[in-house]
Amino acid sequence: MQRYDIAIIGAGVVGAMIARTLSAYKLKICILEKENDVSMGASKANSAIVHAGFDAAVGSLKAKLNVRGSEMMEDVARELGVKYKRVGSLVVGFSEDDRKVLEKLLERGIENGVKDLRIIGKEELHEIEPNLSDEASSALVAPTGAIICPYGLTIAAIGNAMDNGAELMCDFEVSDITDVGDAYEIKSSDGQTVSASKVINCAGIYSDKIAAMVGDNSISITPRRGEYILLDRDCGTFFNHTVFTVPTPLGKGILISPTADGNLILGPTAENIDEKDDRSTTSSGLAAVTAAAKKDAPNVPLNKAITSFTGLRAVGNTGDFIIRPFGDKFINVAGIESPGLSAAPAIALYVKDILAELGVKFTENESFNPIRKSYHFFKELSEDDKREYIKAHPAFGKIVCRCETISEGEIIDALTRNPRATDIDGVKRRTRSGMGRCQGGFCMPSVTEIIAREYGCPFTTVTKNGGDSVINISKTK
Amino acid sequence: MELIFHRKVLIIVMSTNNKKVQLAIIGGGPAGMSAAVAAHEAGVRDILILERDQRLGGILPQCIHNGFGLHRFGEELTGPEYARRYSELVRKYEIPYMLNTTVLSLTRDRKITAVSESEGLFNIEADAVILAMGCRERPRGALNIAGSRPAGIYSAGTAQKFVNMKGYLPGKSVVILGSGDIGLIMARRMTLEGAEVKAVCELMPYSGGLARNIEQCLNDFSIPLKFSHTVVKIHGEKRLSGVTIAAVDENRRPIEGSEEFIECDTLLLSVGLIPENELTRGADIELDSVTGGAKVDQNRQTDAEGIFACGNVLHVHDLVDYVSEEAAIAGKAAADFIFGKKSEKISIKLNCDGKVRYTVPRVITEAKDVNVYFRVSNVFRDSYIVVKDGENEIFRRKKIKFAPGEMETVKITEAMIKNAKGDTLSLSIE
Repeated sequence: MQRYDIAIIGAGVVGAMIARTLSAYKLKICILEKENDVSMGASKANSAIVHAGFDAAVGSLKAKLNVRGSEMMEDVARELGVKYKRVGSLVVGFSEDDRKVLEKLLERGIENGVKDLRIIGKEELHEIEPNLSDEASSALVAPTGAIICPYGLTIAAIGNAMDNGAELMCDFEVSDITDVGDAYEIKSSDGQTVSASKVINCAGIYSDKIAAMVGDNSISITPRRGEYILLDRDCGTFFNHTVFTVPTPLGKGILISPTADGNLILGPTAENIDEKDDRSTTSSGLAAVTAAAKKDAPNVPLNKAITSFTGLRAVGNTGDFIIRPFGDKFINVAGIESPGLSAAPAIALYVKDILAELGVKFTENESFNPIRKSYHFFKELSEDDKREYIKAHPAFGKIVCRCETISEGEIIDALTRNPRATDIDGVKRRTRSGMGRCQGGFCMPSVTEIIAREYGCPFTTVTKNGGDSVINISKTK
Repeated sequence: MELIFHRKVLIIVMSTNNKKVQLAIIGGGPAGMSAAVAAHEAGVRDILILERDQRLGGILPQCIHNGFGLHRFGEELTGPEYARRYSELVRKYEIPYMLNTTVLSLTRDRKITAVSESEGLFNIEADAVILAMGCRERPRGALNIAGSRPAGIYSAGTAQKFVNMKGYLPGKSVVILGSGDIGLIMARRMTLEGAEVKAVCELMPYSGGLARNIEQCLNDFSIPLKFSHTVVKIHGEKRLSGVTIAAVDENRRPIEGSEEFIECDTLLLSVGLIPENELTRGADIELDSVTGGAKVDQNRQTDAEGIFACGNVLHVHDLVDYVSEEAAIAGKAAADFIFGKKSEKISIKLNCDGKVRYTVPRVITEAKDVNVYFRVSNVFRDSYIVVKDGENEIFRRKKIKFAPGEMETVKITEAMIKNAKGDTLSLSIE
């Protein structure tokens, strides 16, 4: 049985940022993930926003870690080669009542330490966002709001942690945790076991189940469904900012925002559900998204939709993030709903402090390298550098995905670098191959072929996202 | 550029990163090849076809069914056979082409950046450019169907590529959404491969496909075609386990209570084709919002001088024969442009009434006979295609049935153009 200093359960953005932060020290770290890839829960299906930090209640962990995380994010994204743009965010009001809410948000934001907040009137609002509804009359402007690729961040942070010595174990569904005195033994549902001196529970919507395995029954997590519609890259300039409307008790309402990759995202709905793994979209949810988007911007080009999806936020039972030790060798990092993505880098530092309090010694890992090469490095080269690069690496001259202009070289890079993609969706999240307007109709047969070739596996075993999700069932007659 | 002949195949050795050609053709499918052949026959000798696939032919090599070439060659050919008719001409005329080469960008002044494994990144300056990139299929996401996102959902053309090019079967029990031609063809193809096609659902009360395909691909195999039906929900976690279909009302909204679950492991989508105009957009060429292709004149010239468009990148055709015919017009016109042939310029716009959805061309710039292609927006029985010059009717022809799935033509004669009183001719269905 492998013995680790630290076991992190869950390879979402929180687990990923913690793993990366801890990999800067001489610690033996494993990350246990029940899916066949990282970033498979809320981290891959959310609004992709780095919130400025004016939403959360004053004094809450959410507020503190959001503001700090948001300040750290630009550097983190640069080090990890992740797409990040500080576009700023707007909370738009339509009435006098809304304006009062905006003023409260402004007040709260200032107390939370958010910089440069201000409220603007109708004229300035329509000048900076001409596609906004004529009814919109005022807005809170938060210049520090940003957009980021959330699965890109998660994958890169895990990859960087792995490059610095952390081990990732996918398909490891934790089924039992046993206290053996100076460590926990962690068993997977298929019979693997590891042990670790400290265990960090970052299991997202399953973090209540994991906590219960060590006897902590104080946490309960409610999955909250959020449905989204993604529009073509043609529409990425429809809005210049992330545009929220005034918040409701269930969340920040339905937003419209450019994404870091240049699409336009609409959503989410907010609906508490019972099933922890029901990621289906609903016709009523998608209708609610389109209705809300039309209210904010009547000419939003809904006919340019390229996909829709559902994310499940892990809503905790305290109203705040639940980040606290249980006993002397277990830490819960639970209830990380919005602004969890924004807070993730700060959550990692906060958890490190708790580990120190629990007696973990932090000795610097001298070989730690915080820099990771972007999956999109090739695209960012100058034309001359591209020319030279293709001469040395001809596969970068073979375009596989025509919508996003992704080459075979970039796909092979995604299949070989930490953490390795193993299926079509894994390649998609890393390279964007199949994420464009034809949604893989053109490139999927080629990507299937490249995966089979690189892994030396039969064509019929290539999957969309692991398990039974095979692309082809047999050879033809 | 140095040309080397090797077993009848041209291999181009690039000596520098910048090339000049008289005519660059983007895409080596049926449109690109036909345009190249026509330009060669009109005297152009410095042509280069840029094709991203490993062979000429575009989508035709995977269309192994027959029915191609009836209009053009007077015989029934398969897709690969039809492609070969043209690729043989390309080779016979020794028209240079580059395979596995993707064009990354095009400018209005006809500068092309392209890339390939063997040649790397390079630039081409062309006296004229013909756009022949074809089209792509609309994906599931464009339809916003609720439910999960399992494996087993493919556009019909993707499934066709798996089956006919790669030799693999995507699934064994199939529902097809959309009765476009590729969907109909794949209903038969999957059946022949041993899969069970349980239903073809069509949102509209009529099919967007050819009548002959409904007969030969569905009726001959007793596959039910459900008009005014759509898929409202997708089931299954990892692999598709079934779909819920429902009837729709006249506003295409699902009718509550009409839902029916069909167990299946595969859903094929044949819900429309979109001209592939990324490069066109990048060159700031004006597009037609109805067709998704460039706005062109009768020579298939876009609003960028010397850049022509033809085939499915211009508007979606139902028969490859018409693609070839249209591409030949573009090829000949590009040759005239290169050789500086000028004719007296006029400008007659073509308007449509909505029942006529669009016309190609949109504008006529020379007084000579022009075959105008058009599509209708609905099924019209015992109706007339009418051409008017202002209020004045100048042409009328009856047809028993106009259908959206069948492209129509009407000839605008030299006389009609010369006698036009205004600058607009209108097409309508009455």
